[in-house]
Formats: sequence, structure tokens, C-alpha cells
Amino acid sequence: MIVVPRTVHGNRTTAENELMTEHRVCIEIGGMPVLIRTGQSGFAKMLRDRYGAFAGPPLENLAPVAPGPQSQGPTHAAFELEVELIPPGVVTDAEDVRVTAEGGRWVMERGDFHAEWDEKRGQGWVRQSANPYSLDSVLRILHSLILAREGGFLVHAASAIRKGQAFLFAGISGTGKTTMCRLAPPDVAILTDEISYVRKGQNEYSAAKGQKSGSSNSREEEPRVNRQTAGLHHEYKIQDSRRYEAFGTPFAGELALIGRNLRAPIAGLFLLAKGRENRVEDVSHSDAARALLQNILFFATDAELVQRVFQSALDFLARVPVRRLVFAPHPQVWKGIGVGSEGLDSGLAFQ
Amino acid sequence: MSQLYPARSKAIAARKLDDEMMIMSARDSTLFSLNDVGTIIWEAADGRTPLAEIVTQKVCAEFDVEPGEALKDAESFVLELAGHGIMLLSDAPQAGPS
Repeated sequence: MIVVPRTVHGNRTTAENELMTEHRVCIEIGGMPVLIRTGQSGFAKMLRDRYGAFAGPPLENLAPVAPGPQSQGPTHAAFELEVELIPPGVVTDAEDVRVTAEGGRWVMERGDFHAEWDEKRGQGWVRQSANPYSLDSVLRILHSLILAREGGFLVHAASAIRKGQAFLFAGISGTGKTTMCRLAPPDVAILTDEISYVRKGQNEYSAAKGQKSGSSNSREEEPRVNRQTAGLHHEYKIQDSRRYEAFGTPFAGELALIGRNLRAPIAGLFLLAKGRENRVEDVSHSDAARALLQNILFFATDAELVQRVFQSALDFLARVPVRRLVFAPHPQVWKGIGVGSEGLDSGLAFQ
Repeated sequence: MSQLYPARSKAIAARKLDDEMMIMSARDSTLFSLNDVGTIIWEAADGRTPLAEIVTQKVCAEFDVEPGEALKDAESFVLELAGHGIMLLSDAPQAGPS
């Protein structure tokens, strides 16, 4: 964990230096590093504490570069948010989250924060008091916007990795997301008990050599970001761009436990329902779509992005098996999940 | 009520799954799912066909319902969708493809 203050010159007092110093914390969620810049070391520390393994050293290579070969348009190598801290109080009159596009930038508002985001430049700012929750909301909105362009989404679902495969457990509050996480055996890595990060497979690059594995070193195939400097993900392989991956998130639910900063291909989505015994039921395509779409987090009023998210959800459903998991709150529910070698269908054999 | 010409809004995303139309509003990301009758009306709502014709030609041809009652229900239905901004209503045919 490193916070790198900008170099301060002159014979200033410690207090003056604090005022002049910029503190940086890189928060990388879903493999997307967002550099947070703040003038207060206390807030930077608060963020490091809040985001734990998701807060890494600042990236030095932050400039947006040419889109990668899988990109459909301009992409961003990394993202920056400058946080302006103000005294506690109402920032805007927006009671609910409001996300609108104005003059080529996104405006995000809620009573406790006002933020603006220049999508093309990958830069923005936030005005809020010194609490981690406002920034948490801004990051969720930001990632939902970025993911919408990339074919992914945030969804109200717990997720976990077992034997190298990720499983999602979706449902509204009270259906058992947190319970499933509480009951997880030691060999299960919890990615989140509340908000899952789903991203379509990307062609990844060799971090060590700075070039795409198994391909020529053409300019178009240069890495979009030197992820090695982020230091959070070290395994780089060519991924199947058609498959979906789940990433850990720091967005916690009732467990108040931030997820593990891991990723894995998604082997299945379970729609949760509590019952007296464990059983797995088939789900119609329309039921699966309805359940998934109702649980996706998307805040922006934007026809194009809503259509993209909608298409992404349906594409996800075409590639990832969905079942309803009726379960009793007992650790045995995990007995049949992820134990097979071929994913959800072979792995679900409740006894 | 005068003739109603319903047209699907363009500010939506929609897909038919298992005879059920899933519609997501771009205005507030609200999800709507239409049953089979609603789906028939939705698919026929091209802005040029009056609702009464949709009911008699499509709905009554498919389901055993009384035309007057079906039209009344259909009017309530399209008004509700219009209230959510996913259907546009006009009292005259709309030019061009919807």
C-alpha cells in the first residue's frame, strides 16, 4: 500500500506542506484502476483502509492510449478522479442518485455528493465530505458506465470462486446472498456478498513483456495499461472474449466484508430462493432475463447505454447457465456447487 | 375516445423471450414485461395502425375476447405504457417507420 505525495518544494511548515500535497490512491476494481487524488492525507488513509486489497500503489502510466484490438471505440487506459473535500452537509438537492449526460460529460448527483466525469478523457472530480461512502457510490456509478460500454455490468448478487470457477447468487434483499456467503466453506473465495462485477472476457496482455501473448508486437497490440504497476493482478492469459468473468468488489452488504480481489470465469448464475431443502430448478429464458435485468445496477438516463446493458444481459444469459437455487440455511448447500469439473451443470448434485 | 395510434418509443431496449416481451426504459432503466396479449399490441404498434384495428385484426383473431371489452383493455394498456414513456400515442397516423 503506497500513497505517493507530490514533491513539495521550499521551506514550508508541515501544515503548509499538507495543504500543498496531493495524495494518490489507486483503487482497482474489475481490473480497472481509478486513481483518486486528494489533498488530505487523512482521507487518503481512510480510502486505503476502506478499500483494502483493492487500493494499490498509484499508476504512473495513466494517459489514455490507442484502443485495444477488442475495443469498439475509444477506451481508457486508466481513470482519474480528483476529490474535493468540503464540510459535511447537503451538497445537492438530489435525494436519489441522478446520472445525466450534459455537454459531453456525465453529471452524478446525490444529496451527499456532486461529481462530473469526462468519459473521453477518463477524468473527473467529486465534491463531497470526508467519508468513504459517497466515493463508494461514485465508483459504483462510474464502473457501471464504463462496463456498459465494454459489455459488462454490476449486478445485485453475491459471487464466489470455487475450483477456479465463479458462481453468482442473485436476488433481492432477504433471498439469501449474505447467507450463502456466511455458509461458504474454506475452499470458497468470496468475491462479494452484495454487488458482483461482471465483465466480458478481454484479450489480456503479458504484464512482464508488455505485449500480447502469442502475437506480434504491433502498435495496435500494445498493452492499454501497464498493469504491472498496479500490482493487483499478476496473472495474464489470453482470455476467450465470449466468456464472462466475475471480479471481486469492495462493495459489501450485510457481512460488511469487502470481497477478495480475485477474478474467474463465470460458470453459473443462481437465482436464490430460501426453502426447507436444497434443490436446483430449471429457469425459463424469460424468468432468467427478468431476474437478471431487475438486479442489474444502472443509474444513467441514456438510451444508448441502457440498450447496451440490456443486450449485454441477454448475451450473458446466452452463454452462462442459470438455475434457481432453493436452499435451506445450512452449509450443505455448498456441497453441490462448483465441485464438478465442468461447471454448474455437472457440479450440482445435491444429496 | 378518438382513434389512437400507438407507436413504440425508441428510447427503450426490448426483446421477445418465450412469448413475453421484455422492455427496458432508457428513461429510468425500469423493466417491463408484457404478457402475450400485450406483446401482440406492442409488436403491432407502428404508429400507423389504429389501436382499434390492432385489437380486431390481431388480438381478437388470436384470443376469444369480445372486441369492445378488448379495445377498452387495450386503451388502458397503451395509456399506462405511455405514462411510463415507452409508448407514444397520437390521434393521427405518424409518418415514417416507427
